[in-house]
This record gives sequence, C-alpha cells and structure tokens, in this order.
Amino acid sequence: MFDIVAFIPRMVAQSIPLMLGSTGETITQKSGNLNLGIPGVMYVGAISGVIGSFLYEHSCGGSAEAMNPFLTIAIPLFCCLLGSFLMGLLYCILTVTLRANQNVTGLAMTTFGVGFGNFFGGSLIKLTGSDIPSIALSATSNAFRTTLPFASAAGTVGKLFFSYGFLAYAAIIISLAAAYVIRSTRVGLHLRAVGESPATADAAGINITKYKYVATILGCMIAGLGGLYYVMDYANGVWSNDAFGDRGWLAIALVIFTIWRPDIGILSSFLFGGLYILYLYIPTGVNLAVKELYKMLPYIVTIIVLIITSMRNKRENQPPASLGQSYFREER
Amino acid sequence: MSKRKALTWYQAWGIRLIAIVAALVVCAVITSLTTGLNPIEVYATMFAGAFGTTRRMWILGKEVAILLCISLALTPAFRMRFWNLGGEGQILIGALGTAACMIVLGDTLPNVILIPVSIIAAIGCGAVWALIPALCKAKWNTNETLFTLMMNYVATQLVAYYVIVWEVPKGSGKIGIINQSTEAGWLPVIAGNRYLLNILCVAIMTIGMYIYLTYSKHGYEISVVGESVATARYVGIKVGWTIIRTLMLSGAICGFTGYLLVAGTDHTLTTTLAGGQGFTAVMVAWLAKFNPLGMVLSSLLLIFLGRGAGEIATAFSLNQSFGDILTGVILFFIIGSEFFISYKLHFRGSGHKDKDVPETSPNSVTSGTSDGQDSENSKEKREDSANV
Repeated sequence: MFDIVAFIPRMVAQSIPLMLGSTGETITQKSGNLNLGIPGVMYVGAISGVIGSFLYEHSCGGSAEAMNPFLTIAIPLFCCLLGSFLMGLLYCILTVTLRANQNVTGLAMTTFGVGFGNFFGGSLIKLTGSDIPSIALSATSNAFRTTLPFASAAGTVGKLFFSYGFLAYAAIIISLAAAYVIRSTRVGLHLRAVGESPATADAAGINITKYKYVATILGCMIAGLGGLYYVMDYANGVWSNDAFGDRGWLAIALVIFTIWRPDIGILSSFLFGGLYILYLYIPTGVNLAVKELYKMLPYIVTIIVLIITSMRNKRENQPPASLGQSYFREER
Repeated sequence: MSKRKALTWYQAWGIRLIAIVAALVVCAVITSLTTGLNPIEVYATMFAGAFGTTRRMWILGKEVAILLCISLALTPAFRMRFWNLGGEGQILIGALGTAACMIVLGDTLPNVILIPVSIIAAIGCGAVWALIPALCKAKWNTNETLFTLMMNYVATQLVAYYVIVWEVPKGSGKIGIINQSTEAGWLPVIAGNRYLLNILCVAIMTIGMYIYLTYSKHGYEISVVGESVATARYVGIKVGWTIIRTLMLSGAICGFTGYLLVAGTDHTLTTTLAGGQGFTAVMVAWLAKFNPLGMVLSSLLLIFLGRGAGEIATAFSLNQSFGDILTGVILFFIIGSEFFISYKLHFRGSGHKDKDVPETSPNSVTSGTSDGQDSENSKEKREDSANV
C-alpha cells in the first residue's frame, strides 16, 4: 500500500534543495544571466558550510554541550553564504564585466565547484590531521533539524507540516518573497527590464551592471543554501562525495518548469521532489530496470513544458529575452 | 573600452599564454596552501603523469582523440549559435546503439557486416537524439540550451535501464565486457596498438570538419545563420533546414564517438561512459574559437591538465577531485583572458590617477573609463576569489 504519510515528509525534504536552487536560478535568469554553474555553486555552498561547522565542532572537542547553539547555526550558515557569494561574484566578473560566454563560464564553474566540494569533502580530515573516520556533523545537524516543540505531539498533522528544520520554512518564505519582489515591486520591474531588453533598461537609466551583479550573487547565495540544507538536514550532516548528484541540474530544469515564477516553484519543487523518489514507492516487483525509467520522469516533464510554452508562444511564459547574452553598451 | 579590430594570431595566443601562466601560478599557490607541497615538484609530477611513459602517451592520445571528436561534433552547431549542451546524451545514445548491435547481433553476423551495422546504428541514434531539439528549435524556437541539457538525463536513464536489462551476470548491475571471448564487433587492432585506429579516425575527421566548415556551401550557410538569422532568410537560406541538418550532423558525430568508446576502447556500456566530456568539449570548442585545428591544441591542454592532476592526486595521495579544481581555475583565467583579446581598454588621462573617483559620480559618465577601471579592479578581485 502506498504510504502517503511516510511519503510526504520525504518528498518535502527532497524538494527543499530544489526549491532553493530554482528560486536562486530564477532570480539570476530574470537578470538575463543563464547560470549553468548552479550545480557547482550548490556544492560549494554545502562544503563551505561543512568546513565551517567541522572546524567549529572540532575546536569544541566534539562535545555538543560546549557548543553555543547560536554559533552552531550561524557559522555554517555564514560560511555557506560566503562560499556561494564568492562563486556568484566570480561568475559576474567573468560574464558581466569581462563579457565572457555564459554557457562556458557556467560549465567551468560546475567543474570547479563539484571538484571543490569533493576534494574538501574527501580530504578535510586528512588536511586538518584529525583522527575521526568520517565527516559526521551530528551536533550541527541536530541544531539544523530542530523542529517546533509541538511537532511530534501533533500526530499526523505535525508530521506532515511541522517536522522540518528551519531552513525548509525559510526556503518557502524566500520563494514567496522572491515571487513578490519580482512581480509587484519597482525593483522587480527593473530586474525584468534588464533581463528582457538591457538596451532599453539602460536607456531608462537603470544600472545594468548593478542589477546583474546583485541578482546573480543573491541567486547564488540562495542556491548555496540549498546545498547546505541537503548536507545538514537531509543527509544528517554526513558528507559523502557526489551524494548531491544531479540535483543542481534538476533545479535548473525546475526554473523552466515553473515558467520563471518562484511561487509556482514551491509546488513544483514538491512535485519534482516526489517524482525524484517516486521510484522507491512504485511497486515494480522483480523488474528493477523499470525503476530507472521512472527516474526519467522529471526531465521528460520539463521537456514537455519547455516545448509547450514555446509552442503557445505566450509572452508571459517565455524565457527572459536576453537570456544568455552579455550586454555591451556600445554594441547596439 | 572599445572593441578591438583584430589581433594577430600571435598576440592573441600571447595573451592566452599569459593567462595560462598566471593560472598556473595561482594553482601553485592553492596547492601549497592546501597541501603544503612544493608546487614545482607538483608540476613535474603532472608532466610525468601525462607524458612519462610510452603507454601514458598512448592513453593521452586516445583521450585527446575522444575529446576532440566530441568537440568536432559540437562545433558546427556552435558556429550556428545553437548551444548543443547535449553531447553527453548523444554520445550515450550512440553507445547504446552500438552495444545493442554487439549484444543482439554479436553471435549471428560476421565482423565485416557487424561493424558497419553498429556504426550506422550509433550514428543514427545520435542523429535522432539531436534531431528532437533541432526540430523544436526550427519550428517553435524552443530554447535549445535547456532542451539539450534535459535530453542528457533522459539518455542516462535509458542507458541505466538497458544496463539492467542486459546485465551480466544477472543482479550485478553492470554489463561487463561485451563479447569478451568472441570479440565480435570490436574494432580491429592495427599496427599492434589498440588506440591507433581511434586516433586515425579522429585525425581524418578533424581535417574533414575543417574543410566542411571553411570551404563548403553548407559551412558558409552555417556561419550566416549564426551571424544573423534575418540575413540568412533574406539571401534565401532555408534556416529551419540548416538547423536540422547541422544538428543531425552534430548528433551523428557524437553518436560515432559513442561507437568509438564502446567498440574501440571500453567494450562495455555504463551510464558514466561519457564522463562529463560532453561538457568539457563545449569548453574545448569555445577555447579554440570553433576552429577544428585549434581544438587539437585546446583538447590536448585540457586532457593534459586532467591526467596530470590525476597523477598528482595519486602521487601525493590527495583526493582525485583536486584535478577538477585546478582545471576550473585555469579555465576561469582563460575565459577571462578572452576579454582582453576582443576588447581594448582606454584609460582616460594618465590612467590610474582618477581611480579614486567614485563610479557613480557625474564626472565619470564616459562609459569607457568606468568600465575600464571596473575590469582592472576585477582582475585583482578575480585572483582573490580564485584563491579562496
């Protein structure tokens, strides 16, 4: 029997990294930057947080009592934001200021970011010369997984709605805020103008460079949080190389799926999170091979959405018109 | 700041060389900071890892050939400004076609027939895989970057499905060496080296692609469509057909790469067969400015970095991913250096004097100055962030 009460919390937990990643990428793409480095950024965000909390736990001698609860949360959070900030800055310098090709830069960032994550994930213990067998940040992870006190008491409702760490709720709030800012504020209007037609926006007196920098870096930082959520909450603070997998690409797929709207992104992330683990719940009997076909679902659904939006050619649902192109004022 | 007319090739390569040297210095700093090793020793190990023995030279040659082949496949599409990021998927599908022929027909057909049949299957599969996004692009202008990217994962899962269907022995989750005893469908070993045929194939294709792109009518049409779709339409080029034709060529060569991997070197099928090279090839092609002959150099550079860094990792017992970090840093520098090749910086007055003027001040409205400073500052910033 399909156990819906067990399925939903797993689905939500699975969807939070996707939600953060796609919200970040949506903000980025609205400014006209197609950042294919998001998978790398999420790795860097995750490993930066891990490094931060590893060093902190280490300095406290590994005992949970010695750790300040505020710092336990704040240090990984800060490191994660810093790491993804630097990645975003790098992307902006290369593509906005130096007008490099966005696809190439993004792919190079993914190579770098995944390598960075796996290298430090694999060598952190050796580099710091400690004698523990693996990176298991259980104290930090527990802090990140702290739920509201009445969650376990509230039975099924508590399990469905209140059983998540604070980053999960933060993700939903960030997505809603992003949707509001993009759609209903002046800043959002300017941002969309930059993404649709930078020349027009420039003529209207909008500072293109500033908007592109801020949007892309902010997007990277949000996406980096997705990586942090994955390792601290979903994976219980255990880093294993390549465990994050292709979620970064899935987050980019999700941006298309949500037709560039972070509020739709919340529900679609749940859907994708569900599709991502659906194969575990579908009874296939002895035929293991079919499960591999189920894993295709999120991508096929994305392709269909991409084709349909381009077929219907409705203006609101299109990618930002200048997506993927650098802007050079004198080249009009 | 303004656009440069054109640089002579040696000036352009000079700038790139400076970028690579700067990147190597930064990499050296990173290496010594993180590991405490002597960077010069590390680079010596890199060279030994890539060129040290005859065997290593052959492996280097084989890997360059494969990467070059993928880059060649992507080039015609890129010249048309069609961002085919689906090389990975097209290779896998080609490999799947090859493996299917070798497994299903391996016992019934002699090698003389089996090899052409599997080549055709591989090329056909790759072409169809590229045709799907091309059709949508030609008909509805669907965003090809995202479409081809998604197709990679569909291909990966399809391969994962067949790997389980054909797994040997049952339950192991992998195919193992296909036709190990009969060697049916394997490419023949020529001149005593099993990589030589691959390398020769790719060498011929490189020259062929250069001629196709530079001297043929098709090659010209591709360039026109890439520069301006409107112009192409005006002079009577069928844009849709050009997109479809070029992408089928692109996918076909990717499929052929898949064939070389399965029948030529690996003799097995896994989901990681392409190993991210479909993405690396994008950078190879771009670094060489989509010139097939230049790609020989750029693919050599990237493979050298990869293999050299792998050797460092083993020799100094570091994590294998260290190579990716170094490759990434070097790529960032080369990507950045392209700016200085295509643009020229003009500094107002005596250059650095007005650096203190805030960029928002009404005095510095000339875009040239503020942008020029921007990139000057950012060069330093870039090094900082690369160091972190």
